[in-house]
Amino acid sequence: MLKSSPTIALVGNPNAGKSSLFNELTGLRQKTGNFPGVTVDKKSGPWSIDSQTIATVVDLPGIYSIYPKSLDEQIVTDILANPAHPDYPDVAVVVVDASNLHRNLLLFTQIADLGVPVVLALNMLDVAHEEGKDVNAVRLAMLLNVPVVRINARKGDGLDHLKKAVIDQIEKPSVSGKLFFDPALEVADLITETKTQYQLDNNYLALQYVIQHDGFTFLNRQQQVGLDAIIDKHHFSEPTFQAGETISRYKHIGTIVDAVVTDRRPSGQTTWSQKLDRVLLHPVWGYAIFLFVLLLIFQAIFAWAQPFMDGIDSGVAWLNGQLKESLPAGPLTDLLTDGILAGIGGILVFIPQIAFLFLLVSLLEESGYMSRVMVIMDRIMRKFGLNGRSVVPLISGVACAVPAIMATRSIGTRRDRLITILVTPLMSCSARLPIYTILIALVVPSQRVLGFFNLQGLALMVLYLLGLISALLAAYVLKLFLHSKERSFFIMELPTFKLPRWNHVGLTVWESVRAFVWEAGRVILAISIVLWVLASYGPGDAMDQAETRVRQQNATLPAQDLQNRIASERLESSYAGQFGHFIEPVIRPLGYDWKIGIALLSSFAAREVFVGTMSTIYSIGDGADDEGVTIRDRLRQERNPNTGGPMYTPALAWSLLIFYVFAMMCMSTLAATQRETKSWKWPALQLVYMMGLAYVAAFATYQFLK
Amino acid sequence: MSKRSVADLKIGEQATIQSFSDQLMSLKLLEMGCLPGAQICLTAKAPLGDPICLKVAGYCLAMRKSEAATILINS
Repeated sequence: MLKSSPTIALVGNPNAGKSSLFNELTGLRQKTGNFPGVTVDKKSGPWSIDSQTIATVVDLPGIYSIYPKSLDEQIVTDILANPAHPDYPDVAVVVVDASNLHRNLLLFTQIADLGVPVVLALNMLDVAHEEGKDVNAVRLAMLLNVPVVRINARKGDGLDHLKKAVIDQIEKPSVSGKLFFDPALEVADLITETKTQYQLDNNYLALQYVIQHDGFTFLNRQQQVGLDAIIDKHHFSEPTFQAGETISRYKHIGTIVDAVVTDRRPSGQTTWSQKLDRVLLHPVWGYAIFLFVLLLIFQAIFAWAQPFMDGIDSGVAWLNGQLKESLPAGPLTDLLTDGILAGIGGILVFIPQIAFLFLLVSLLEESGYMSRVMVIMDRIMRKFGLNGRSVVPLISGVACAVPAIMATRSIGTRRDRLITILVTPLMSCSARLPIYTILIALVVPSQRVLGFFNLQGLALMVLYLLGLISALLAAYVLKLFLHSKERSFFIMELPTFKLPRWNHVGLTVWESVRAFVWEAGRVILAISIVLWVLASYGPGDAMDQAETRVRQQNATLPAQDLQNRIASERLESSYAGQFGHFIEPVIRPLGYDWKIGIALLSSFAAREVFVGTMSTIYSIGDGADDEGVTIRDRLRQERNPNTGGPMYTPALAWSLLIFYVFAMMCMSTLAATQRETKSWKWPALQLVYMMGLAYVAAFATYQFLK
Repeated sequence: MSKRSVADLKIGEQATIQSFSDQLMSLKLLEMGCLPGAQICLTAKAPLGDPICLKVAGYCLAMRKSEAATILINS
């Protein structure tokens, strides 16, 4: 009889085909969550292994050994060393890349030694065969004394055999009693004492307690101190022992591999992957190709996404018009159309950009090109206190800083990771794009320079470059202040080039779009509604008084102008208007008035709200029923009450643009920073330094251009 | 004369790993298959000559020059 819902964990080296297998087993039913207590992404999904039993498959982060090198990797040991963990597996399926058996078996023997019932899924036999190596799975199973199943995760072959092996392991768990590496042979006293004191019966698990106890979240402070005492008592040197363990394991593995692999490979032949590397890592071509790929990404985000964005925009506008016509006029209809629907439209319009970005980034990762980019960028990034691995977060930052900050987990060094997190929000994310677009269109003429470049496009590029340069400079400054005893390192496998798996890419895109709409969407929607209420109501009867006053003073004005004046005065005396007036003294030096103040305040939580707020303010403040007038026209018509000239002068527009390049106006990003650094100190620093930068830079811009 | 390390290899040159000069770094390198006695070959260098790409234990491993300098080789 099977347990009602067994847990199956997928473990394996990065690039061994673990994710392919996971997608093959769970497909679209998979979901992303968090492991309890930590913020490492947990992917899990159902897998029906027989007619009554649905197992939960958990995809653990890829690791090279049981000793973690980064935050992401820590979770694997934390689960596998703790049978009380809710995600502790009934069976661990270790995915092994047959074309690199030595290194993959290192991890396998460690997992098996922990006492977890294992099944070895031998993957990528086709790749090994192409390289001239054939693996005898039957002999491997005999020598390792564990079930071995031949699979092809990309094609989905061998899954029935895998299922059977897993069921067998659940029904009659067979754990080989003999360890591949038994620490008790060398440090018997230490192991015995640890086992007695912590009620363990596995020698290798006891060793993990000794070596890794600082990283084990399931041990309390007292237990950790107790293990320190045992280490001192036995004069145990962890690094020496760990090095000895690895060498001893590899020696054992060497004899096994010699017995199961027939190698008929002519030695010294260069593979096409290596030939490709010579071009991609070439001093000139390497950078040229990377630059071209970057241009392609930008082209996709800005040009290819445009028709889709326009489509969504007009779709929402059409729906808005339909609702306004068919519903009775009143505050509820206004809330639904100007408040809620406008807010939802503001979110949906970003979907094409986010989808294109993640499509291209995941294509680059799937093919193996992204690791080459990390290699060619490492030297440059290092100068600024970053790491080759910081490239992916920085590029993703162009779409949204939240997934970008989550992508920093693969950076093993704490300081490099922290600096990357702190500067990533300076990359101009897609939420800034609508602000850039509107303001640039307002003050930069659409004309060609040098016969080729569009002046507006050039201005846009300048803003993006400004974001990138300031991110690098900020990293450089942070490097001077953040000291770390830990050494920065960059040791990385370069996977062979592969054709991308389209279902894999599709899933990534779907997941990121869903997360964006759901996570960011809720915030934006809430703010749009609150703002609409604040702009439509005022304290007491202040708004009605304002209206009466205007009517009395301007009785001779034509009806149209009177309506405008009334609407504008009403807005000014609403809650939102009073907020705006309250902060006006602070933002006056930057050239902003109280209306921009409202937009700044409301976009404080999420900068994508800015454009929506501007259209709310200027349409509420407009009074007249002017369908078809765009927000850009409204801004252009806006007059400066002091000078009588246009409100949106180049000085003001550039001051706003520069402000938004630097300003930290995104609650979700701050929350992500807080989650990832587990401290309020870093999001606070991020907020202060970016806001300070924004204020000073916008002030300088306005005063200089005025 | 100081010992040669992997960082001194030229492109295409092959050598045998002898020992490590940095214990903490050696833990990571050992796990990745850089074992004493194993053959190691420099296959490519990033622009600016750093990091470098190595062929070891049948696959391609990239690392910084400073890290490669801790892998001592037989010359």
